[in-house]
Amino acid sequence: MVSMSIVTVQLGQCGNQIGFEVFNTLLNDSHSPQGLCCKRENELYQVSCKERFFSEEENGVPIARAVLVDMEPKVINQTLSKAAQSGRWKYGQHSYFCQKQGSGNNWAYGYSVHGPKHEESVMNLVQKEVEKCDSLSGFFIIMSMAGGTGSGLGAFVTQSLQDQYSNSLRMNQIIWPYGTGEVIVQNYNSILTLSHLYRSSDALLVHENDAAHKICAKLMNIKQISFSDINQVLAHQLGSVFQPTYSTEGSFHYRRNPLGDLMESLVPHPEFKMLGVRNIPQMSESSLAYSTFTWTGLLKHLRQMLISNAKMEEGIDWQVQPHFSGHPTLGKMSLNKELHFNTSIANLVILRGKDVHSADLGGFKDPALYTSWLDPVNAFSVWKTQRAFCKYEKSAALVSNSQFLVKPLDMIVGKAWSMFASKAYIHQYTKFGVEEEDFLDSFTLLEQVIASYCNL
Amino acid sequence: MTQSVVVQVGQCGNQIGCCFWDLALREHAAVNQKGIYDEAISSFFRNVDTRVVGDGSSISKGKICSLKARAVLIDMEEGVVNEILQGPLRDVFDSKQLITDISGSGNNWAVGHKVFGSRYQEQIVEKLRKAAEHCDCLQCFFIIHSMGGGTGSGLGTFLLKVLEDEFPEVYRFVTSIYPSSEDDVITSPYNIILAMKELSEHADCVLPIDNQSLFDIISKINLMVNSGKLGSVVKPNSLVTSSAGALKKRQEKPFDAMNNIVANLLLNLTSSARFEGSLNMDLNEISMNLVPFPQLHYLVSSLTPLYTLADVHIPPRRLDQMFSDAFSKDHQLIRADPKHSLYLACALMVRGNVQLSDLRRNIERLKPSLQFVSWNQEGWKTSLCAVPPVGHSHSLLALANNTCVKPTFIELRERFMRLYKKKAHLHHYLRVEGMEESCFTQALSSLSTLIEEYDQLDATKSMPMPDVPRLSIAV
Repeated sequence: MVSMSIVTVQLGQCGNQIGFEVFNTLLNDSHSPQGLCCKRENELYQVSCKERFFSEEENGVPIARAVLVDMEPKVINQTLSKAAQSGRWKYGQHSYFCQKQGSGNNWAYGYSVHGPKHEESVMNLVQKEVEKCDSLSGFFIIMSMAGGTGSGLGAFVTQSLQDQYSNSLRMNQIIWPYGTGEVIVQNYNSILTLSHLYRSSDALLVHENDAAHKICAKLMNIKQISFSDINQVLAHQLGSVFQPTYSTEGSFHYRRNPLGDLMESLVPHPEFKMLGVRNIPQMSESSLAYSTFTWTGLLKHLRQMLISNAKMEEGIDWQVQPHFSGHPTLGKMSLNKELHFNTSIANLVILRGKDVHSADLGGFKDPALYTSWLDPVNAFSVWKTQRAFCKYEKSAALVSNSQFLVKPLDMIVGKAWSMFASKAYIHQYTKFGVEEEDFLDSFTLLEQVIASYCNL
Repeated sequence: MTQSVVVQVGQCGNQIGCCFWDLALREHAAVNQKGIYDEAISSFFRNVDTRVVGDGSSISKGKICSLKARAVLIDMEEGVVNEILQGPLRDVFDSKQLITDISGSGNNWAVGHKVFGSRYQEQIVEKLRKAAEHCDCLQCFFIIHSMGGGTGSGLGTFLLKVLEDEFPEVYRFVTSIYPSSEDDVITSPYNIILAMKELSEHADCVLPIDNQSLFDIISKINLMVNSGKLGSVVKPNSLVTSSAGALKKRQEKPFDAMNNIVANLLLNLTSSARFEGSLNMDLNEISMNLVPFPQLHYLVSSLTPLYTLADVHIPPRRLDQMFSDAFSKDHQLIRADPKHSLYLACALMVRGNVQLSDLRRNIERLKPSLQFVSWNQEGWKTSLCAVPPVGHSHSLLALANNTCVKPTFIELRERFMRLYKKKAHLHHYLRVEGMEESCFTQALSSLSTLIEEYDQLDATKSMPMPDVPRLSIAV
């Protein structure tokens, strides 16, 4: 049985840099000799990964099912040659589109100028990739929301994909900027991006730079952290979710359509489509050699990371505990109140490695973890494989649709709103046809999203 | 990749321009050792096969044949331009890029702006178009001029309007040299205020630079070098050698060293757009991030470490010191104190061996000591360019949109008023055709409006952080 394929569209500097790391991680993992499973199983895993993310060329070098888009050439050139230099995989020869002049951190420029102007060229490249797939599951759209090209053009391209491939799924991999200091207009660009994607994407898988930075510093023990380090953490997160897993309990067939299955279990309502990933364990290779793990320990930590909204296993707040099961929640959550307990809509746990069948997931089936209108039976899913991921004998990933983003989202909307009230920078957007009305629409939509998540 | 065209106007503009081309060549020679014409070089130079007669001989790929600066040189005297044409840089320019006159503007803005403006408009447009035609994606004009004299200030700002009309899509970044207060041109306050109205109305970004600050920085570097603080590896005279090739005769004068600082500013400003890096910053991102309101586009710059401005080899100091220095008063290129004024926005452009975590750590460290406007508390824009300045491991250019420019502007207004009240020297201006008294009053009110805008922002400093009520949603 073949696996359905995913076409990746990587946009802007951030999207292209991360896209490279993702494919590199996927391929390195699937070719790793340390899969800790039998040869046949390893082969099936490899085949499944390859069908999903790569197409084969004549000389045997896998070609990423990807379209690279940027409005300036430097990053694309760098990305293409890095992939070619790996010798293990590469990008298609004609699968990129770039221009000479970037979007200048201006969402309006990316969305209103570059978007319509280059729609046809980009969509032609996408179509070529789609035609190479026996069966298409959907699209990964990798983009940051801070800049101009990834965010503005990314929002535009997602809309075009919705129009032209309405039966395929669209999952946007959103890189959430640092709280301080990447792009000054990042809050404007972010609210415009998020509000547009909320209308055109099926799910937003959010990766926070601040969280990845902490993981590099605290768990990976990296002293001087580079973008490449951060991007490798994000690529690891994605790989841990989208590498093959068994289709059902006890089966040794790999899941055909992970994107579809994931949406089905995690996005039960269109008002709630913000997803986040957490991984355990995560550590430097040198520490890994001296560590052993049990499923019980890993899952206990992972559950606490979920309910206390910790992005990594260090510094988890163990005080946070669910209300007594069945106890009605005490009043509505107010925005000013600290969100202590992270209530979920739905969770998916993915386990990879040794003795995976013995792992007890009871802790994730507690109704107290979930909003009252969903039964844990529907709200919780688990995927497994005995194949180990990236040198970790045992590892778990958790994709959750929960309140985890309420606070960062509220921050971004709040900062953008206060800037908007002073009318600062608005002239840069109206210059390219994004009016104050459009900002107000975005604010309205996102305040609604915040309120909905708050009231879970 | 995009290209930029440098337009150097007047004596000062051409001298700085000359340093700039010299340093730009050195920088690209150091990075590009194979002698292949690449995209980075193409941003400021075209590659020309000189054996072919005529003009359409640009080569886009392959070996470097002969590099020509993407520049237009304008002066209403011949001295400096002739000197350049006889000097070692003569091959990067040709006569088609020059506009000169012999009479000079007599330190009179009106002569530069009105007389020479109308006389040379057609020629200017033609040369600019030619320069633009050689680019396949022209992104930015860099105008280099001084504010105090007649040509740079008058014709330089006339040019700005021409650029806006002819190339509305192309950015206009202006490097404006302000004379020190002991300047010997009596009418310089008039020239400055008249020019500033044009800068406020027609530039995308202005990098004001104070001659006095440049002088102070040079003195500081000389002191460092001579005190032996930097160790024995320093060659005391090496500072001036970096531009010795350009204008040989002027070696003894401090102007070369001062001009070098400005040239370095332009190199660092464009490095992230020209070279690779893990966090690029294109030129169009500068105004997008640093200009919250159209007229408030005056950016205060500082370059650190200072020794990167000199051609000295010393062991690098603590990296964090570089970030601290960038905010200190005596490293700013105008006399201003950003640390004790209000930040509207700030960009940190880093070159060389500096990692993301160094950048983040320093922002966190410095943030508490800086005051940002309430609606832009996290107003930081950052870039990481992999290629360091020649001979150094790292450098930082900080650009601040900060209300600290206000005192400078107020002082200029006062100097203007001292003359204007007595109508001193006014007749030199009013006898120029097209020049009326209203030009003065309008320029004055334009500056006053600008100062007022900064005032209003400054006034928010003492106010409590406003809590703007958010949109409420019916759930």
